Amino acid sequence: MANVLAFVEQRDGVIGSAGREAVGVASALAAGLGGQAHALILGNASAAAGADGLGAAGAEVVAVGQHDALGDYNPEGYASVVAAHIRDGGFGAVVFTATTLGKDLAPRVAALLDVPLASDVTEVGVDGGVVTAVRPVYSGKAFATLAIDASPAIVSIRPNVFQPAQNAAAGTVSTFTPDVDTSAWRIRVVDRKSAADGQLDVAEAGIVVSGGRGMKGPEHWGLLEGLRDAIGSDVALGASRAVVDAGWRPHGEQVGQTGKTVAPKLYFAVGISGAIQHLAGMRTAKTIVAINRDADAPIFSVADYGIVGDLFEVVPALSERIAELKAAD
Amino acid sequence: MNVIVCVKRVPDTEARIRVDGSGTGIDTAGIKYDMSPYDAFAVEAALRQKEAAGEGEITLLTFGESAAQETLRKGLAMGADKAVLLTGEVTLDGLATAKVLAAELESTDAPLFLFGVKAADDDQSQVGPMVAALTGRPCVTGVSTYEIQGDKAVCHRDVEGGSEVLEVDLPAVLCMTKGPNEPRLAALKGIMAAKKKPLEEKPAAAAEARMRVTGFSEPPARAAGRIVGEGAGAVDELVRLLREEANAL
Ligand SMILES: Cc1cc2nc3c(=O)[nH]c(=O)nc-3n(C[C@H](O)[C@H](O)[C@H](O)COP(=O)(O)OP(=O)(O)OC[C@H]3O[C@@H](n4cnc5c(N)ncnc54)[C@H](O)[C@@H]3O)c2cc1C
Ligand SMILES: Nc1ncnc2c1ncn2[C@@H]1O[C@H](COP(=O)(O)O)[C@@H](O)[C@H]1O
Repeated sequence: MANVLAFVEQRDGVIGSAGREAVGVASALAAGLGGQAHALILGNASAAAGADGLGAAGAEVVAVGQHDALGDYNPEGYASVVAAHIRDGGFGAVVFTATTLGKDLAPRVAALLDVPLASDVTEVGVDGGVVTAVRPVYSGKAFATLAIDASPAIVSIRPNVFQPAQNAAAGTVSTFTPDVDTSAWRIRVVDRKSAADGQLDVAEAGIVVSGGRGMKGPEHWGLLEGLRDAIGSDVALGASRAVVDAGWRPHGEQVGQTGKTVAPKLYFAVGISGAIQHLAGMRTAKTIVAINRDADAPIFSVADYGIVGDLFEVVPALSERIAELKAAD
Repeated sequence: MNVIVCVKRVPDTEARIRVDGSGTGIDTAGIKYDMSPYDAFAVEAALRQKEAAGEGEITLLTFGESAAQETLRKGLAMGADKAVLLTGEVTLDGLATAKVLAAELESTDAPLFLFGVKAADDDQSQVGPMVAALTGRPCVTGVSTYEIQGDKAVCHRDVEGGSEVLEVDLPAVLCMTKGPNEPRLAALKGIMAAKKKPLEEKPAAAAEARMRVTGFSEPPARAAGRIVGEGAGAVDELVRLLREEANAL
């Protein structure tokens, strides 16, 4: 019998879908281990705003650690608070999200607790009391099934892969003030620039619209922004490496082997040939749409739906059609 | 300033991956290997730092098979000064790897350890931050460029919809990602020089793996896709399929 903890990220009190997915996984693991699903949220005074909603996502107990110094993510502060919470709670398993923040935090916590970490997993289970996980390796060219011989068993889950649980139950929510010693922190943020406020990270969005060299130049990105806006919310822009290396788009948007790995429910590859290193970053998308004027482009071999044609004609028509239907909904 | 860069030998990004007969690993026959791409960015960053400072020694460190010598020689040919190969069996337990590397790194007084953000074989994105936690050093991940200013490293990184500048006290661990500085190709002169640079090979301390691989599989083949049509005329049908068949819009 062991309880399972989900670490849930929040930004300004808002909990994203990845956090609810982590709680759903924790509740499934808790059922397998015969314990309860707990959630931990950290932040400043605004952090608790989304806590009530986690009950419905599967958490029976929600703890919110609030401290002024935890308003922004700080690796050292967060790692020590989360590790202490896990130690005190005696959890049998812990679920993180493989988001930018989670990838930074989870390995530190695992090392502080001296237990291994299965990163970026796409399946989890319990087999005879042992937590098991499946994770893509070799950029998704193979899958490894792992048995984790340690307690707590720690995993980080790939965003968009798991379904949040649908519990009617309301979890109990309590707040606490963690011990935070900022004088011990050795990392300081000296500058933060947001290029475009409120833009979703390409690795976390449910739908991704990516452009490649076929876009011809950065001045044409309005086309892809038009498609993004027609679709509405939960959409991010992505890019091929050719585009990023040419300086047309920022590095943070690159999808692929040396960029982000994405697993959205819908991926548009526009003017992207589909090189193996690009596929490495997006092959686990649920539905892939390719728009390319070359019928032999390798992207069509992984695309569920393709249109062969000039993107400069297809994309505006596509945005228009989607906008029409959304307006009618 | 002396810098140690941890690099890993991994299958080339073009490599075709097949599961081997045991069902718990890959068939390595015919696979070409190379330095993991992010590690090449880390080596490039160290070389630029050394060039800017006009001093310092760059040591490459790897844990793996003897064949990883080839990867180290490549880094030496790019311009690193010396290399250490800890021989032993690498598993999917990144903490076990981190312990092997941390033990070696602790025996040095280098103020800066560089890693790639992610190795292109196990894709764990964890060894750098784990080494940092094990050695009690601060760690910044996702760094695209950095400069040394006195006893600090000033790190630049891209974050969701923007960028960040962070300052970290040395000694520190930085995990490098792709940035504006393309890794250099080794020139013939570098390749010749690399042959004479020191490369120490010694057995790694035994690493106890606590994540067991119980199965390895190839991804299910994606069902053959469908060309919906040509040009803008195919858009209505595409949108219908996305809504009604794929339930994606
Ligand atoms: C170690 C390594 C790591 C790499 N990492 C990555 C990575 O992370 N991500 C990545 O993307 N790549 C990566 N690459 C690069 C990769 O090999 C390809 O070079 C790159 O993906 C090509 O980008 P692209 O598809 O935009 O360009 P191209 O291959 O040039 O394709 C452009 C496509 O646009 C189509 N097109 C042109 N005009 C039109 C039009 N008017 N309408 C419709 N279609 C049109 C063309 O038919 C073509 O298929 C990596 C390579 C290496 C060696
Ligand atoms: N066996 C190894 N030898 C040397 N460095 C390694 C090894 N494994 C991982 N690393 C380093 O840790 C980084 C992250 O690896 P990983 O956590 O396995 O994705 C790599 O980019 C390397 O810098």
